[in-house]
Amino acid sequence: MRPQIKWAILLILAGASIAGFNSLRQHNPKSGAAGAKAQTLAPDFTLPQLDGTQLTLSSYRGKVVLLDFWATWCVPCREETPHFVEMQQKYGDRGLQMIGVSMDDSPDPVRAFYQQFHMNYPVVMGTASTGEAYGGVLGLPIAFLIDRDGRIVSRHMGATDPSVFDNDVEKLLSTR
Amino acid sequence: MKIMKVIVSTSALFLVLAGITTQAAAQWSPIAPGRLMNPEDLVKLLQSSKQKPLMLQVGSHTLFVQAHISGSEYVGPGANEAGLQQLRKRVESLPRNKFILLYCGCCPWSHCPNVKPADDALHAMGFTNVKVLYIADNFGTDWVNKGYPTAKGE
Repeated sequence: MRPQIKWAILLILAGASIAGFNSLRQHNPKSGAAGAKAQTLAPDFTLPQLDGTQLTLSSYRGKVVLLDFWATWCVPCREETPHFVEMQQKYGDRGLQMIGVSMDDSPDPVRAFYQQFHMNYPVVMGTASTGEAYGGVLGLPIAFLIDRDGRIVSRHMGATDPSVFDNDVEKLLSTR
Repeated sequence: MKIMKVIVSTSALFLVLAGITTQAAAQWSPIAPGRLMNPEDLVKLLQSSKQKPLMLQVGSHTLFVQAHISGSEYVGPGANEAGLQQLRKRVESLPRNKFILLYCGCCPWSHCPNVKPADDALHAMGFTNVKVLYIADNFGTDWVNKGYPTAKGE
């Protein structure tokens, strides 16, 4: 191989590596089952929804649940919301139930956000003890994917590529 | 030969640009770098006999109750006016050279909506010795999981 070609290939590879690293730095979700008490039963909770009625997580047993801890002031959460709305629309009939757990300190901004983003799935007001039950929600967003039997299959921390959720949800929906 | 030169120069340019954007992404900060404090430096300071800062959490109360820096106080999210008012009320009687450390950790650093407005509010009040804790990802990853001094509750 001519030396110029070798240099060109090396430079392109180095550039691509740096660009890839750069992209990872800015979009640094920590996804997967490993650190997430995977395959353990999702801690149950009963929490108030925005209309005041209570929602109990275990009442969704039989559905695939994507449980999203978020807040209105969290920029990556805001960016993810439209995709979750789409997912509920796209997979709802097949058994997906999105549930939002707002970690806002008050429901007022959540109600406004719910309207603004045309959210089509229930949102409950989370508490510190809910966060602790899920291993500590000490940074947002964090999403837990729960199978039809109520077990946590994966945890996605930080802004996560929408295709990751789509793939995981597709896999779970196709079981049973 | 000409084509090869073009390939080599384009690749070199791409490499330089990628390097620059990487550097910029790593260094971008809403707060001047000289006023940032790294978690490990804060831990050292807390363990030393040097003057300790007044540590104020300017993020979410729900997150504060789950975990916060031992000895720190919750004052409210800097992203909204109510939080800023609580912050102003907490510090109004303090000397303007008081060493204050603000932190949040709700979101990745470049997305935090709270620290910058809180920092601006203190500067507008004339505080001259304010530092902000640099939390790269979130409070769980960059503080709690590292075993740094953490407390729970109000």
